[in-house]
Amino acid sequence: MDDGFTQIWVYLSTTPLLGLTVTLVAYQTGMWVYTRAGLHPLLNPVLIAVLLLVGLLMLTGTEYRTYFDGAQFVHFMLGPATVALAVPLYRQFQKVRRSFVLIAAAVLSGSATAALGAIGVAWALGASRETLLSLAPKSVTAPIAMGIAEATGGVPSLTAVLVILTGILGAVLGTWTLNALRITDWRARGLAMGTASHGIGTARALQVNDVAGAFASLAMGLNGLATAVLLPLILGLIF
Amino acid sequence: MTLGFITLLLVFQLVGEVISKGLDLPLPGPVVGMALLFLALVIKGNAPDGLKDTANGLLKHLSLLFVPAGVGVMLHLHLIRDEWLSISAALVVSTVATIAVTALVMKGCCRFVDEETSKEPNDG
Repeated sequence: MDDGFTQIWVYLSTTPLLGLTVTLVAYQTGMWVYTRAGLHPLLNPVLIAVLLLVGLLMLTGTEYRTYFDGAQFVHFMLGPATVALAVPLYRQFQKVRRSFVLIAAAVLSGSATAALGAIGVAWALGASRETLLSLAPKSVTAPIAMGIAEATGGVPSLTAVLVILTGILGAVLGTWTLNALRITDWRARGLAMGTASHGIGTARALQVNDVAGAFASLAMGLNGLATAVLLPLILGLIF
Repeated sequence: MTLGFITLLLVFQLVGEVISKGLDLPLPGPVVGMALLFLALVIKGNAPDGLKDTANGLLKHLSLLFVPAGVGVMLHLHLIRDEWLSISAALVVSTVATIAVTALVMKGCCRFVDEETSKEPNDG
């Protein structure tokens, strides 16, 4: 590296501009690949963006904290976006008001299966406490899941990645599982996809059927609320 | 997106944070804010168009917002390296189980709902 370039680099790496810009560029690269591949769930744009950024930081020897100083402006919007999730939840809730209790029962049984199933399997295979606590909220939409992980002693950034992987798994394995069980009702199919794999499952359900998409979106919001309220209580009993 | 509704979302988040910290709840502040906004909408009986637009604008790129936190996984790569087997097994098993349980419970419930709905004309 010549001196001029080094000086510019030293200057840029201390301003938020660089972290913010690379985050947006990486995300849009991910979106571009995902769209080009016909929205294939394996090519999730967030996963691509995270891999690109981790690679970039490692190659340039940049510390995560330095990067986050810039990227925190994007990160900050997670709070208001989480609050905004109330709006689509309310819209779906209006449509199913009458059968809301039954739907809530289905989502609750799914929430419990997701958290206890993940903790149970990982515990049986000898996972550490840190991993167990980060795994527990993995079926919940990422902004809520990270908040839960932080509140219960997990690692929020590990949870974020596990949430994305869960979404991809649900989108890939969902149709197969539901067909094997001969579930033909679009409401049940959508609800299952949204409960198990949040926004990624919802996007997949929407591609297939509108009713399934609406129920997936409802399930995603309900599961977020239910897990946030119940998981700390369940974890309190286990640990 | 209007400034007024962005302010409203921030106010709900702030109130959520205050309640969460003040009562020492294990719930994240933004989730409390979300629950409060949901309740407010149920009580009000409708969601203003401006609020819908603002929420849509924010949620359209929701997945961008958790990229910075996701990159933080680079600090915990040792966890994934040491425990990849238990993590992968847990993810696959619990995801398939969650889909199955939710769909089966809902299938049972749907039957119940449909019976209830088909009874309705006779009742009314």
